[in-house]
Amino acid sequence: MKSDITYPLNIGPVHPAFKEPIKFTFRIEGEKVVGADIDFGYTHRAIERIAQERNFIQIIYLLERVCGICSFSHPMAYCLAIEDVAGIDVPPRARYIRTIVGELERLHSHLLWTGVAAHEIGFDTLFMYTWNIREKVLDCLEELTGNRINYAMLTIGGVRRDITAENAQTIHKMLEYYEELYSRTSEILLDDLTLRARTEGVGILTAEQAERLCAVGPTARGSGLMKDVRVDYPVNAYYEMPWLKPISPRDIGKEPIGDVYDRMAVRVLEIQQAIKIIQFCMENLPEGDINSGSGSVKMINTLKKLEGEGIGRYEAPRGEVCHYVILDNQEHPVQIKVKAPTYSNGFAWAPMLTNIEIADIPIVIASIDPCVACADRMTYVQTDGSSTTISWEELHAKSIQKYKGARKRCMK
Amino acid sequence: MYEVIGVAIAIVIAGVIAGLFLKGIDRKLAAFMQSRIGPPIAQPLYDILKLMQKQTIIPATSVRWLFTGAPLIALTSSILLLLYISLSYVCYIIGLQSPVQGDLIVILYLILLQSIAIISGAFASGSPYASIGAQREMVILMSTELPIAVVVVSIAWHVADSMYNPFALQSLFEYTLWHHAGAFGVLGGILLFLTMILVLPAEMSKVPFDQAEAETEIAEGMMVEYSGKLLAFLLLSDAFKALSFSALIVILFFPYTFTSLFGLSFSIGGYSIIPLVEIIFFLGKVIFIYSIGVTVIRVIMARLKISQVAKVFLFAVSAISIIGMVLIMLDPKMKMI
Repeated sequence: MKSDITYPLNIGPVHPAFKEPIKFTFRIEGEKVVGADIDFGYTHRAIERIAQERNFIQIIYLLERVCGICSFSHPMAYCLAIEDVAGIDVPPRARYIRTIVGELERLHSHLLWTGVAAHEIGFDTLFMYTWNIREKVLDCLEELTGNRINYAMLTIGGVRRDITAENAQTIHKMLEYYEELYSRTSEILLDDLTLRARTEGVGILTAEQAERLCAVGPTARGSGLMKDVRVDYPVNAYYEMPWLKPISPRDIGKEPIGDVYDRMAVRVLEIQQAIKIIQFCMENLPEGDINSGSGSVKMINTLKKLEGEGIGRYEAPRGEVCHYVILDNQEHPVQIKVKAPTYSNGFAWAPMLTNIEIADIPIVIASIDPCVACADRMTYVQTDGSSTTISWEELHAKSIQKYKGARKRCMK
Repeated sequence: MYEVIGVAIAIVIAGVIAGLFLKGIDRKLAAFMQSRIGPPIAQPLYDILKLMQKQTIIPATSVRWLFTGAPLIALTSSILLLLYISLSYVCYIIGLQSPVQGDLIVILYLILLQSIAIISGAFASGSPYASIGAQREMVILMSTELPIAVVVVSIAWHVADSMYNPFALQSLFEYTLWHHAGAFGVLGGILLFLTMILVLPAEMSKVPFDQAEAETEIAEGMMVEYSGKLLAFLLLSDAFKALSFSALIVILFFPYTFTSLFGLSFSIGGYSIIPLVEIIFFLGKVIFIYSIGVTVIRVIMARLKISQVAKVFLFAVSAISIIGMVLIMLDPKMKMI
């Protein structure tokens, strides 16, 4: 029996399914979702603006706070952007250490996502299990960098801490631990009956849609796009890994259709890939300096004599993160632009959220591993308190105007 | 008669404690399986005591009389359910003549009444989350009704060939399923037991059948607008129902008393403490049933979708129960009696 009656269902801004404030308004018919509207903007923190008040070194630690989980990827992209402008060469050992910390972050981010996804579909045991085994990599990161998250490991032109022989032993022990657990964990995640019942054929994003909507990271790879910044535009030690290939569900012998299961499979396989990359880096870790040798003050003095623009791209666990900076003879960049993975993947929600049931909403939303705080990039306030809608053209014109101003000043 | 009223009051008071501790044991056991520490076993009791002191908020959009009345009806019906199930049993083991025999059909209706009270309270709360939860609960209720009815009818069928009253709980103590059944009957009994174990988490709104409360989807669903005393009543009613439904399964399938199994007798200072031993043994069985039916299942599974739940119960579980019924009907040994 088909009814014509639909009713609205608000999920958010604060809801147990989300870890951050974001609002979805659905039109529901019985248990089926017939329409969805997304409302961002509840957690804008003006990080790009704050960055214009800090010097080049302080910004690194500010950008670690863009996202609690990608706290290596954001400053990494920023450092790559600054090194791009200044033409700084990073010593080989530093490049390897950067790769190791980056992959450790990917390992813990994917384990975290798995737990969150399990919780969204009510599988709390798996949630407890993955978060329990995630402690090992966090302990390792703490020993390596001093912090579980917000590592403060990076600096422009290198890293701040070396990997000692003692650290290396911890990393080896950790890798052994995960290698032992991997087969069991992947079996639970990829073969469990109820998990499959909840994820297969749900939230489909076809390869064409993924390409058209510029999906990045595991979201794009789950749809079968062979897209990975580590392979396409290698930085750090990824140059030296010709065997590195973008993961896709084809690696477990399944033709990708772009459902939640495929995105999960990609993340599970990337856990294994991360272990492999860390192993490679530990085996081939070159000797030498870990940074360019010039202290923070000297670095700032060098950078404040520069002008130009630079771009840094890095594959965060959630997809491509991209930072753009404009330098203009000042102690800080005159403009910095952060493009977080969710910024790209958010649009992929639209096709995913059609033709699903209410029960699928949390897992489909979680399946792109959203980081709402990363993606909140603007806020528009009207002083008289009324509400307004800005059209795409208007917004586009405003953005061009803003960046033209900053670029004109430095490109004169 | 006065003794029976005394027993009834004692059962209700003991039922509150036992029901809440049953919930506590469930949480502790689940925590153990998930390698957590978990809350103290008395945590559900602390929750109730705290909720009793908290402010009760009634939403402006709610239908006030129904919203406040529903938890009371739910609590009353679940207390009645417990009395109906356990009064005849307790009287049986302490050797009193019970005024009620424990009618299985009435028990089915009381189980339904508690759920319907909660559903109407949820619809009356005016929250869309609660409405979705209530709709889902109705679907679950309707799809589990057939398996439960089949189980009860099959067991009554089995008893009907004896000289006992087929729908009375008391006959089940005298005429147990396993003792008087042949190979077919035992196999059928196992299938019926499996059916009840699968229905138990659905009745208790636990994973994988907790769609009506589904925290991450609809934020506790039916309970979302309840607070303070009303929420305490709902939680109490839930605890009573957990105790009663597990007790029902115990009585249907494992009504054996400790003394009949082991033939031991206990006494302290000349007084026989057998009734006490029996009650502890009975509670032990209840905890065991609840642990395998709710705790173990909820830690090893993810929450299903409501469409999948309907399929599971209407096809798979109903089929299991009907096969069980047919096997019991075919049981040759039973026919001879």
